[in-house]
Amino acid sequence: MHVPDGFFDAPTSIATGLIAAGAVGISLHRANREIRETGPALAGLTAAFVFAVQMVNFPVGAGTSGHLLGGALAAALVGPWTAMLVMSTVLLVQGLLFADGGLTALGTNITLMGLVTVLVGYFVTRALLQVLPRRVGSVVPATTVGALVSVPVAALCFTGLYAVGGAVDIPIAKLATAMVGWHVLVGIGEAVITGAVLSAVVATRPDLVYAARHLQADLVLVDADGNSSTVSPDRPIAARPAGRSLGVGVAVTLVVAGVVSLFASAHPDGLEFVGAKLGFESAARDSAVAGSPLADYGVSGIGNSHVSGALAGIIGVLVTIAVGLLIAKVASLRSARANADTTVS
Amino acid sequence: MSGDGLLVPTGSLVHRLPAQVKIVALLLFVLAVVSTPAGVFWAFGLYGVLIVGCVALARLPAATVLRRLAVETPFIVFALLLPFVATGPQVDVLGVSLSSSGVLGAWNVLAKGTLGVVAAIVLSASTGPRDLLAGLERLRLPSTLVAILSFMVRYLSVVSDDLQRMRIARESRGYAGGRAGHLRAVAGGVGALFVRSFERGERVHLAMQSRGYTGRLPLLSVGGADRGQWLTGLTVSLAAIAVAVAARVVGL
Repeated sequence: MHVPDGFFDAPTSIATGLIAAGAVGISLHRANREIRETGPALAGLTAAFVFAVQMVNFPVGAGTSGHLLGGALAAALVGPWTAMLVMSTVLLVQGLLFADGGLTALGTNITLMGLVTVLVGYFVTRALLQVLPRRVGSVVPATTVGALVSVPVAALCFTGLYAVGGAVDIPIAKLATAMVGWHVLVGIGEAVITGAVLSAVVATRPDLVYAARHLQADLVLVDADGNSSTVSPDRPIAARPAGRSLGVGVAVTLVVAGVVSLFASAHPDGLEFVGAKLGFESAARDSAVAGSPLADYGVSGIGNSHVSGALAGIIGVLVTIAVGLLIAKVASLRSARANADTTVS
Repeated sequence: MSGDGLLVPTGSLVHRLPAQVKIVALLLFVLAVVSTPAGVFWAFGLYGVLIVGCVALARLPAATVLRRLAVETPFIVFALLLPFVATGPQVDVLGVSLSSSGVLGAWNVLAKGTLGVVAAIVLSASTGPRDLLAGLERLRLPSTLVAILSFMVRYLSVVSDDLQRMRIARESRGYAGGRAGHLRAVAGGVGALFVRSFERGERVHLAMQSRGYTGRLPLLSVGGADRGQWLTGLTVSLAAIAVAVAARVVGL
């Protein structure tokens, strides 16, 4: 799934590069305290683990085998922020050291495989853990579903990027159907493998699974007189206040917006194009829902020129950042609430 | 997987350049290629000459470079499908109706992707992992990220060897081949690999702390690149940028 150079036009590559840099910056900020406490060696070894595991072929039935992308698994094992750093590290090493995935496409690859799969996987996992029985074992089905969802969503994001910055006009609805259809199959493989690996970890060292830390049973201490008392197990290192990371996110958005205005002002007919693009966006959305012939109009509406690519790419950036921030915000609210729950109970 | 990445030591001029120069050169070259309109065929010819010149200058065996191009395969398949699924005016080639924008798009993906991969191969084959990390450090990558990267690269062969031993142990107990029933055995091994890697990470950190680690690793890089090295390293990229500008101005 590594995107090579030239697959997306330059503005889209630069825009996804900025998203990836912002995401890595926020992750560094959020994981900073954890990494100071556990050391960079732990994250580095986790990255080496993900890299090695991506080369293992798992038999997933019907005579086929699949290999792991690992975003959802890493998120469940070491938490979303460290997982994003780990996945970005893996992709950087693959791009620079093993020539796998283009350098200008590094941002795209980090956004799709390091950011989207990790966040979607973790968010789905946490959401399911709210409704599943409060046991450590619940993390296995929850992460399985998270992995299943994360792959098609990444494929959908790829299609979205292709719609704004792809080099060729191809019917987006058709591409979306093909990409999502194929990646649902890949996602099933990913889900089976993730669930099997995670259940093996839960069986031996359940305390290592980040997503299940708050589900650990209380420890019962019995002193010499036979009085027993319960103590909560090691609490996860407290998350930083959400306000600061949101501030960083807003700063990133502002930087992107600054670059956006540079791009936009470079083209005299920028505003007209924004309008055209916005019109196109709504038309395309209608067609995706209704399957109406408007889809053809939408596709022919995508110009091949760099102007339309730049502007559409920029709209994509803003929408993606808004959605990403929203997801991050909801996820952190949920985890804050979950922490509050465990403190009370 | 060896800890040396894809390094092919030939000691050429390209190998001796500082890594940060090569990373910047690669980035500029690929950006120039990506921003060239697909229809300007002569520009891609010139890029091809430039990058083949780099391969020759680095004294890399052609067979190695060609073999490593295989990472591109999935996208070649995608590119070859483009002429059949793209919309727009159709052209007939040997009785088959193809989209002309699709043909151009396939060319676009193939040409740019291949140039990018060959350029990345030149970097990865001429630069060892440690030099690469030093280069990234010189380019002001956040120190935490450099630290994580360096531990990943250092322990990659250890973890891969762990995995290899587990595979041998598993297969010698009859769990070989691709039947779904073996999934549990393979996944169990991978789960154990995670626990081992995690615990190794903890041990390494404790060992570092007991030797006076305070949260700051010593710098990897020694001294920067001088002006001559930057000029030498960026020659090809500057030529590529000139070609890209000319392609924009002159067109077909």
